[in-house]
Amino acid sequence: MPSPKTIAVAMSGGVDSSTVAAMLRAEGHNIIGLTMQLWNQRRMAGHEGMPEQVTGRCCSLDDVYDARRVAEHIGIPYYVVNHEDRFERDVVRPFVAEYLSGRTPIPCSLCNNHLKFDQLLVVAQQIGADCVATGHYARVEYDDTRGRWLLKRPDDRSKDQTYFLFGLTQEQLSRTLFPLGGMTKPEVRELARKQGLALAEKPDSQEICFVPGGDYKRFIDAYLAESGEALPDTSGELVTTSGEVLGEHGGIHNFTVGQRKGLGVATGSPLYVIQINGADKQVVVGGDEHLYSRTLRARRVNLISVEDLSEPMRVSVKIRHRHEGAPAVLEKIAADEILVTFDLPQRAITPGQAAVFYDDDIVVGGAWIA
Amino acid sequence: MMRRIYLDNNATTPVLPEVFEAMRPYFGERFGNASSIHHHGQAARAAVERARDSVASLLGCRPAEIVFTSGGTEADNLAIAGLTSAGDHIITSSIEHHAVLHACKHLEETGCDVTYVPVDGRSLVDPDDVRRALRSNTKLISIMMANNETGVLQPVEEVGKIATEANVYFHTDAVQAAGKVPIDVKRIGCNALSISGHKMHAPQGVGVLYVRRGTHLQPLFYGGRHERSRRAGTENVPGIVALGKAAEVAMQGFERGDDKNMAILRDRLQQGILAQVEEAGVNGDGAPRVPNTSNIYFDHAEGESMVISLDLKGLAVSTGAACSSGAIEPSHVLIAMGLRAGQARSSIRFSLGKQNSAEDIDIALALVPETVARLRELSPVYKKVAIST
Repeated sequence: MPSPKTIAVAMSGGVDSSTVAAMLRAEGHNIIGLTMQLWNQRRMAGHEGMPEQVTGRCCSLDDVYDARRVAEHIGIPYYVVNHEDRFERDVVRPFVAEYLSGRTPIPCSLCNNHLKFDQLLVVAQQIGADCVATGHYARVEYDDTRGRWLLKRPDDRSKDQTYFLFGLTQEQLSRTLFPLGGMTKPEVRELARKQGLALAEKPDSQEICFVPGGDYKRFIDAYLAESGEALPDTSGELVTTSGEVLGEHGGIHNFTVGQRKGLGVATGSPLYVIQINGADKQVVVGGDEHLYSRTLRARRVNLISVEDLSEPMRVSVKIRHRHEGAPAVLEKIAADEILVTFDLPQRAITPGQAAVFYDDDIVVGGAWIA
Repeated sequence: MMRRIYLDNNATTPVLPEVFEAMRPYFGERFGNASSIHHHGQAARAAVERARDSVASLLGCRPAEIVFTSGGTEADNLAIAGLTSAGDHIITSSIEHHAVLHACKHLEETGCDVTYVPVDGRSLVDPDDVRRALRSNTKLISIMMANNETGVLQPVEEVGKIATEANVYFHTDAVQAAGKVPIDVKRIGCNALSISGHKMHAPQGVGVLYVRRGTHLQPLFYGGRHERSRRAGTENVPGIVALGKAAEVAMQGFERGDDKNMAILRDRLQQGILAQVEEAGVNGDGAPRVPNTSNIYFDHAEGESMVISLDLKGLAVSTGAACSSGAIEPSHVLIAMGLRAGQARSSIRFSLGKQNSAEDIDIALALVPETVARLRELSPVYKKVAIST
């Protein structure tokens, strides 16, 4: 880091962001700790079977407490800023709407695009910080040759979070720091211990922050009930790939592409959800072989390492966070649409997820699978 | 070392040096349980009773009518729970402190009816609304004397008259008025009145409920016969001594005209800000106010970011009651006055204390306009509005 800056650190109360705050402070920068209060963890408690007590997750009192203690320990000012309204509007409601339309959403990407790297950057600027630093495992650097900010994969590939960061713009990247990009998780914990942070051993949270226990179906029921809205009736037919009706289902949001359990029908050989048709509320099921496809269309494209795709480009594409990435060719087929053609058929391409394009460790960009 | 200016005295105040000096011996050399028979107890008892006399003078009542509590919240709860029973009707206002509002909400859940009278655009209660809300089973009226967020003074004497005529108990939360304006419980005509030590330069953890002789009060705490069986619990001797001294300091201040000087400083801050910042105004303008408070809205500037920015430069202010920090709802007081949510969120409360100087005001005047300007510059909404006008 060249000269001391004023940096706002997004602190979740977890080891990663706490270590970032401590590291940057030790380097002599002017640090301001910020926690975004995004979701009231007590809001759904007890509704429709949701767990009563919610602790130990982002925005819980425990996590704010932990972040506050870390800030106190390293001697930086610390504030909680409330953006629950925006989070509900830009992350939670779309999450529910996507499932009810038969798609599988990624709320973490929306949160990054609208809250962590948008709203938080605005707040940071308002309070006089030059940039925002987070505990994401990723790297950002400026490439002089291209004249562009690049988002790159971190050294610790097992913690790579770049899949969720594909939506970041040049403007956002120019004011973002990812200090953990060159470190492994064990190294981060070790650094936390050295800095005397009590939460060095705190376990990582892996789930969607506003869905305790991971039961998104229960969340959708509870959320709609709490808002006084009726769960829309998306029940319909379970059909085979040739259109034969096998049975009924109680709502398309109960399914995701590739799902095997909970179908309610059996034909003697394993059945998987192949496709969910939001319009006619049909869930198409079939054998494993039907899950494979060589192409996908993706829209709402965000390009990072290149300005546009005037020519087809060879990249590696991830269709899910936990996907190895597969070689493919990108082709722009409309103003805001890309056709991805894989070398080999890929399993369970899921509308609602993101297709993120990599050129080795550089994130070329990404788009939403239609 | 950054110079820090504290203009959030409605949240809490520093304990004045003379108040701290008065209480200090009661931690060590002159410690004692005021109920003990021996020398130590007698010394503690004497100190408590001297403090009681001082507070009684401040409020214009008899010492026997003073009940020491752990603070304003306890005093409010003691009054509301202590003067009502299930089946009673209570009249209060929509702008009370949460200690009153939540105590009333709780009673609604356990068998009482509550009417929350609205306020006008200046956050003033209309006594006629209180009168019109009276029912045959109305037992208690609770209307605050001064609002914590705007500083506006309510027409408590008129409400007192209504309560007396209707033979209904009248409690007033005077937490934000005590020490700022003179209080005379006889003039007000109230049965009960709450004050809080830490709002008037005594420490946190001590307060008073005035209970007029003849008013039957059910205690909240059972245990001993302290405070004439109205509030059990070993007396917080150092805290009570401090509150007594703070009461004396306040009374001396009134005699010297300190409250008028405080108003001059506050007005200087207020006028100075309004002169330098456009699209800003005082919430509660036109209503009588305590001399230390100015709640100002700044259109197109986010209140939360303003408080943080000012804090980073050393100036401490707030966007509303301290209890609601981080809460999603904008101030219920500002909303009750008719402000839109956006304007409520762009409001900052400046509140002075006895320790603030003219220099503090000058520094604040140097910081606030530039902070607002910077925030507005960063606001796309402001630019749109500015261009179109």
